[in-house]
Amino acid sequence: MTAPPPVPKPMPEPTPVTAPFWDALREHRIRIQYSPSAGRYVFYPRLLAPGTLADDLEWREISGRGVLYTFTVAARPTAPPWSDALPQQLAVVEWDEGPRFSTELTNVHPAQLRVGLRVRPVFCDYPEHGVTLLRYEPDPESA
Amino acid sequence: MTGLRGEAAIVGYVERAPTRNPSRPQRFSIEQWAQLAAEALADAGIGARRVNGIVTNPIGESDRFASATLAEYLGIPINFGEVVDLGGATAAGMVWRAAAAVELGLCDVVLAMLPGSRDYPRSARRPAADRGWYGASSNIYGSPQAEFEIPYGNLGQNAPYAQIARRYAAEFGYNARATAKVAADQRSNANATPHAVFHATPLTIDDVLASPMVADPIHMLEMVMSCHGGAGVVIASGDVAARARHRPIWVKGFGERIAFKTPTYAEDLLRSPIAEAAEAAFGSAGLSRSDIDMASIYDCYTITVVMSLEDAGFCEKGGGMSFVASHDLTYRGDFPLNTSGGQLSFGQAGIAGGMHHVCDAVRQLTGRAGAAQVRDCNTAFVSGNGGIMSEQVALILQGA
Repeated sequence: MTAPPPVPKPMPEPTPVTAPFWDALREHRIRIQYSPSAGRYVFYPRLLAPGTLADDLEWREISGRGVLYTFTVAARPTAPPWSDALPQQLAVVEWDEGPRFSTELTNVHPAQLRVGLRVRPVFCDYPEHGVTLLRYEPDPESA
Repeated sequence: MTGLRGEAAIVGYVERAPTRNPSRPQRFSIEQWAQLAAEALADAGIGARRVNGIVTNPIGESDRFASATLAEYLGIPINFGEVVDLGGATAAGMVWRAAAAVELGLCDVVLAMLPGSRDYPRSARRPAADRGWYGASSNIYGSPQAEFEIPYGNLGQNAPYAQIARRYAAEFGYNARATAKVAADQRSNANATPHAVFHATPLTIDDVLASPMVADPIHMLEMVMSCHGGAGVVIASGDVAARARHRPIWVKGFGERIAFKTPTYAEDLLRSPIAEAAEAAFGSAGLSRSDIDMASIYDCYTITVVMSLEDAGFCEKGGGMSFVASHDLTYRGDFPLNTSGGQLSFGQAGIAGGMHHVCDAVRQLTGRAGAAQVRDCNTAFVSGNGGIMSEQVALILQGA
């Protein structure tokens, strides 16, 4: 029997610039920014393109599939709200389109994890917060 | 020619013995600042009235106007006031900024103190501000970390450093006994340093590997332990240094590189910013890696040391594990490293932990390291590391 966490998990609060990303997640789609002049995708959402400061960022939908760039299995909570969520499987996913995304892994045993593993999105709805978080699981189509 | 001329010197230092629990009366950060400054000036043999420069990190009692607050509190008007906000690289960043200000002729005696205890007097009327558990992450609305990292529990330091180590393992291989040896060798150095927090406690590689796994692959004894303490240095011009009490330690070279905030967005997680910083430091000093008699490398985790040695050019990329495994890193060894224990075994007094590496070098270069003294020690390499290997500073210090 685990005691309830003393503090709730912090939830993201969209900003005027980042709202399209969160709006798409609520529809279980992934839209990120692309800079035509730089010829590359951008994450996280910004007002101007990083590196060039070009004012040409546009939203494009991506599949959200990618590979595990790195991960760790945390046996101790990274902060009090996750004391009921051990072990935490904290990961960085590299999307096929290039940018990296900080996330958690789900539906996977720690022993299965390895850098380079193909992963696919898992949309986790929190209607009480009006937000959807994007977690990841192994991609069976790549097995 | 860029960089420093090497005409400013560290002429005095102070480093309090770290303690796991508060061992002194509660003092505000400006009070600690004043005490540290007085002790460092006494070490240098220089009167407070000679001071005309202050370099600091943000202070505890005011979120703005740190330089003016300190100048007023100390009663020392200054020609140069600078606030440095580089996490664990703050100390090294303070040293080169002070040296640069001296070489520009702005000032000739600069105080660079880092109070190392948050055990402040507590108000009976106002509750202490909640420092929260966000670590190096910001949970302020609009912060990228608040929106894209913290909701998944990706915060603090342990997990991000473990992600770096995990990626390292995939790209270059991992030798857990090698990373553990960094902690064990540094403990040997602490065992020869009376004011180290772990002075009396030996540590073997097997002890490290038997300690709990906190964030795979990082064990508990490969992580720094937070302490109370404080440290600082006095940086002065050549004229002042000529009359100071101890051998002047010249700031011969420096480099600084700030690349990202959160490792998720590092262009290459395994090529740390110390590479550019060290290249600039050695280039401007006109010295090479083989000129270094001791290295004091920021050691929040053992993986930080391994990667910093590689990226600073002391061994090839990917060769750090075999480098630490095949060299004796103790003060009597062939590559003296963190010779008073490093933060892992000397203790990490908060933000003053970065200053430990400067003080470690100053003790060696002035021949004041006692039982841990490295013979014929004249040139030192010091690194600072802030955030998650995201902001790094290199210094080359030399006794003449």
